[in-house]
Amino acid sequence: MSVADAILRGDRQALARGLSQVEALGAEAVALLDAVWSRTGRARRVGITGPPGAGKSTLVARLVRLFREADRKVGVVAVDPSSAFTGGALLGDRHRMSREAFDEQVFVRSLASRGSLGGLSRAAPAALDLMDAAGFDLLLVETVGVGQVEIEVAATADSVVVVLSPESGDAVQAMKAGLLEIADVLCINKSDREGADALAASLESMLDRREAPWRPPVVRTNALESAAALHEALAAHAAYLDENGHLEERRNEGFTRRLRNLVADLVAEAVLGGAGPEIDQAVADVSAGRRSILGAARRAAEAIVP
Amino acid sequence: MKPIRVLIAKPGLDGHDRGAKVVAQALRDAGMEVIYTGLRQTPEMVVKAALEEDVDVVGLSLHSGAHMTLFPRVLQLLQEAGLGHVLLTGGGVIPEKERLALQEQGVGTLFGPGTPTSALAAYIEEEVARRRASG
Repeated sequence: MSVADAILRGDRQALARGLSQVEALGAEAVALLDAVWSRTGRARRVGITGPPGAGKSTLVARLVRLFREADRKVGVVAVDPSSAFTGGALLGDRHRMSREAFDEQVFVRSLASRGSLGGLSRAAPAALDLMDAAGFDLLLVETVGVGQVEIEVAATADSVVVVLSPESGDAVQAMKAGLLEIADVLCINKSDREGADALAASLESMLDRREAPWRPPVVRTNALESAAALHEALAAHAAYLDENGHLEERRNEGFTRRLRNLVADLVAEAVLGGAGPEIDQAVADVSAGRRSILGAARRAAEAIVP
Repeated sequence: MKPIRVLIAKPGLDGHDRGAKVVAQALRDAGMEVIYTGLRQTPEMVVKAALEEDVDVVGLSLHSGAHMTLFPRVLQLLQEAGLGHVLLTGGGVIPEKERLALQEQGVGTLFGPGTPTSALAAYIEEEVARRRASG
């Protein structure tokens, strides 16, 4: 039996191996994803992002428990950064959910961002595709909300939760990081701490100035106790997506974005693979003061793709 | 090449996780992807995590004196789960004689207090390379 068949039949070890193939992003990954693609689309995906220390992993653990109480089969992909210097990574999200992760209907996988440009943005959504095909009802993907790629990964989900805490800075910090514009739900965690009211008020006033069919609710949680308010807000967003084809529209937009980025990456790789002389020439022009970086880059691009 | 993935766990009830954290960090600095699962893990939890994370190595840190029970139990569960290829290693306060007895049962080298973390990283690299080569 092929790995793809085993995954579709719910074999957990095959899924774990398949996820490693997907992370490696080689030819095996392409064959595997092609083989299971027609079986994806059933799972609801929730992205959770926010600054380090906001309490995302603990919140994910609480959410897993609530979704399990509703008898949903839950997959979790937790992304942590790789060291740019050694390539190593310390993946600690599982630590916060060891009790929830022990449930047979829960599958938790830790992914390291692996530094390579664009690597994570390809691997993480593809890992979710594989878990989707493996029959999970609900997928949670958790990323640290710093860096465009991490934010984009969370944004591939059907519902995006941005988690802030009173000590993670004011709403302007979150806006600068590009977090607010992707949020479907804003969650103020550690809401028992000082500053929660002020943060909530400033988020609400920013939302007042935004016109969109869905206004993200601002919910408060204290993940050590409960994530019920977040769970309810997610249910409300899911209901909204189920009306008037919003889900389909959103997913199609997501496919378009993922495809455009991927095609651009693949074309760039293919083209740049054979473009050594043009780039060498551009570097020489810049070092010798003949052209600016922008000027030399344009000239090289025109020489490569006339 | 695929980075080496290591699960670091502390099974049992003792609460001394400093050693485990030092080791986790050292292996990360050696370029490995380290999944740290923390305290009070049962052997069943360790093996479920090892399977889902598709690790090459499981490292247990034990200071409770329960090593003669926990190492063989984890080894047995790994084999039952089809994870016979995974290297089971670890460290803690384990007398020489028992260390050798566990190694005879199929547990990898176990490291005592005072071992430089570089020796542990080198051992894991060598052993994983050997196991990957033999398929």
